[in-house]
Amino acid sequence: MTEEPLLEVREVTKNFGGIIALNRLDFTVDEGEILGIIGPNGSGKTTVANCITGFIKPSSGRILFRGRDITGMRPHRIADMGVTRTFQIMRPYYSLPAYKNMVIPLFSPRARRTGGWRGGGRLGDRNTVGIDILEEIGFERDSYVPYKVTATLPTGYLKRLELARCLALKPELIICDEVFSGLSMSEIASMVPLIERLQMDGITLIMIEHRLRELFKVANRVMVLNFGEKLVEGPPAEVMADKRVREAYFGSESAEEVMKHA
Amino acid sequence: MSATARPARKERIDRGIKVRTEGIYALMSWRELAYLTVPRLVLIVGLLSLPLVMPGMYWKRVISIVCIYALLALSFDFLAHFVGLVSLGGAFFVGTGSYLTAILNTKLGLSPLVSIPGATLIGGALCTLMLLPCLPLRGVYFAIVTLMYPLFLARVIEALDILGGTDGIMGIDSFPSAWLEQYFVIIMLLLFLFAVRRLVNTDLGLVLRAVKDNDQAVRASGMDVTRYRALAVFVASAIGCLAGACLVHIYMWAGISTFALDFSVLPIAATVIGGSGTLVGPLLGCLILVPVSELLRDFGTLRIVFYALILLAFIVFRSEGLMVYGQRKYHQIERWTKI
Amino acid sequence: MDILIYGTINSVVLALYALGFALVYGTSRLPNFAHGALYVLSGFIAWSALNTLGLNYFISIVLALVITAIIGAVIYRVFLIRVRGMEISEIIASYAVALAILEGLRWGGFKGMTYTLPPFIEGSTTIAGISVDYQRLLAVGIGAALVAFLWVFTHYTRIGLALQGMAQDERAALMLGIDSDFMAVVAMGLGSALAALAAIVLLPLGNIVVESGYNVLILAIAVCIVGGIGSWAGAVLAAFIIGFAQILTVVYLGSHFQMVVALLAIILTLILKPSGLFGQQKELEERV
Repeated sequence: MTEEPLLEVREVTKNFGGIIALNRLDFTVDEGEILGIIGPNGSGKTTVANCITGFIKPSSGRILFRGRDITGMRPHRIADMGVTRTFQIMRPYYSLPAYKNMVIPLFSPRARRTGGWRGGGRLGDRNTVGIDILEEIGFERDSYVPYKVTATLPTGYLKRLELARCLALKPELIICDEVFSGLSMSEIASMVPLIERLQMDGITLIMIEHRLRELFKVANRVMVLNFGEKLVEGPPAEVMADKRVREAYFGSESAEEVMKHA
Repeated sequence: MSATARPARKERIDRGIKVRTEGIYALMSWRELAYLTVPRLVLIVGLLSLPLVMPGMYWKRVISIVCIYALLALSFDFLAHFVGLVSLGGAFFVGTGSYLTAILNTKLGLSPLVSIPGATLIGGALCTLMLLPCLPLRGVYFAIVTLMYPLFLARVIEALDILGGTDGIMGIDSFPSAWLEQYFVIIMLLLFLFAVRRLVNTDLGLVLRAVKDNDQAVRASGMDVTRYRALAVFVASAIGCLAGACLVHIYMWAGISTFALDFSVLPIAATVIGGSGTLVGPLLGCLILVPVSELLRDFGTLRIVFYALILLAFIVFRSEGLMVYGQRKYHQIERWTKI
Repeated sequence: MDILIYGTINSVVLALYALGFALVYGTSRLPNFAHGALYVLSGFIAWSALNTLGLNYFISIVLALVITAIIGAVIYRVFLIRVRGMEISEIIASYAVALAILEGLRWGGFKGMTYTLPPFIEGSTTIAGISVDYQRLLAVGIGAALVAFLWVFTHYTRIGLALQGMAQDERAALMLGIDSDFMAVVAMGLGSALAALAAIVLLPLGNIVVESGYNVLILAIAVCIVGGIGSWAGAVLAAFIIGFAQILTVVYLGSHFQMVVALLAIILTLILKPSGLFGQQKELEERV
């Protein structure tokens, strides 16, 4: 019995009036795995996230989630189905305190249906559920941190807040757009167990990353994009050993140099 | 290191009493209770007693006009500051409400106590419907469309000579009693002031503010931004239509002048002067501007130039507005501290 | 046949209205609600120079052009630049400027008499059996020439290219050493000059009325929305569509509904294709 993949991206192309951001991209994501998407700058990684979550309509191709065609659906409908994302340029509600940020996703129809992450059944008071979720994600409950105005929080907390916003919807798939960027080593060290725990809870993750070493600790499979096309796909070690990947990152002349010293 | 001029900075901290009144501690003493309730009592008692102290019919009517403009300014402030939609055409709501209540009253023979709520709800729905196309888009488009509607509606009515054409609809009933006429608007104003204040602090209000802050994030959280904007526009336009409906029953006449520029511009100027975001500030702005505009009545459209210049000055030099200043003084103390 | 001719003329007129607005919005993202006000203001300046000061017509026109451009640039530099980037404040501020100018003119400038500017060339000719004034033909000619000139200007001159660069990506332009604040002032000055040019060419066709200030603004906005922001071709095409639609309504429904056409065009565009005919949705940040 073959299991249907959770997400299928079939021959998706995106043309921004002359600039081809995605070129016949084709891949699938199975339920429960962590797929890493890597590639040099401008390879179309964030565009993939935008297309899957409906913020941008592909010029051609199909995207299927659990067999349903979600190509070009509006973003809130797709999020309602359980496909959530974090934003590379973070978008918290700056003027509100951190825990109030959680009230908004908890107000959504999906959160009302599912009770939010780790809250089974009916949703209680959104403030308390919000603080619960924040605690799960690493905000210390009894400190003043959840109550601070978001504009004053450091990057590590803001990244977690982005994830918390997704978790409030009890998602099936989270697309993490550069969630490790801008964090210090210790902050990343505390994020990795969180990601592993999400996977254990049954959430599928697509992680778009630049920090390869940390990504390879958690990813089951990695896909490399270059100029909007899929270059290579497979387990992390295999992918990094591939010559084409090094060329893509370092350019063909310096790839030789890197290979010599590797 | 020179010891002569030690640098100092101005520091603003919440008053002790403000912090104590947040939460259950407010009930601990009379002083804290008073801190919270006195401003609100001043507002309510002040507004209700205003008609009693004003001499003569003329000024009593001015109070009604102030309240009508205050309702409009309230709806503008709510939309602009809490939802991020700037309505450059308050006249659109006033005109719709006024014509609707005129029709309900003259053609269907309904008493004002029925036609006014009717016009409010139907008008709200109608205005929201007409504004629906621009709600999924950025705020600029809302501004453009609300700017255009009053201009067009006025011209269409004039051109097609429907709904009374340039003469307007006459023979509209006035309120059953003089007291009702005076106090209905005031009570409606107070009601909606507190209602909107309440709304803005609920979870729904929080979502609306989030839509203003960052609508992409709201979409990514699985909520249809258009629906929430439509809800906010319905509330705001209903308030505007209410104002128009009351206006018409006071003057017993509805005409194209209800689409006048006055109703679009004065609320904006009043909001900006009085302090945007406070919901009470617009009322304060109207209390100042409406009597002034009455005095300037002889100068014709110079009034609008006057509002426009004040508006420009406040917007550009980013003055905070009277109420914001007042609230700041009330809630916080400033002092110089050494660094 | 006459529909074709009048339609073409009307379309070029609309394009003339829209050019200044499109330039300013494309470059500095400012929706210049004072555009219509500047249009009427320049007509007023030309009229005053001609009649009150008794200057030569040609000098009056040049004066109107220059003064309006300067006034536009000054207004931008003093007022609007302070609210740059804050969309809501930009809209309210430019609208306030428009109101101040238009209602000020209504009160102080135009007092009951009809004001006209004389046409450049008197008389008319017949094209395919329809009589058309020379002034209208001149307007079409100038309009077409202006569109061509602007295209050349933005693609081949330094200032034009700088404006284009700002329109496409302001940060990149800044990094290349283009002073975006100064360029925005220049754009505003040019936009005002274009409004003045439109006024000078078109006002002789009728009276100078304050109402036209609002009409011009609405028509300019309609053309830009229907055509799509940042696209010259789209604006021209939109001008033709709305222009012909207006003439058709005048012929079949009556002249009252001209402006309603513009409103309907905007609403329809917002419902069907909000980015306009040729508007491009750029990155996620630049969405409509």
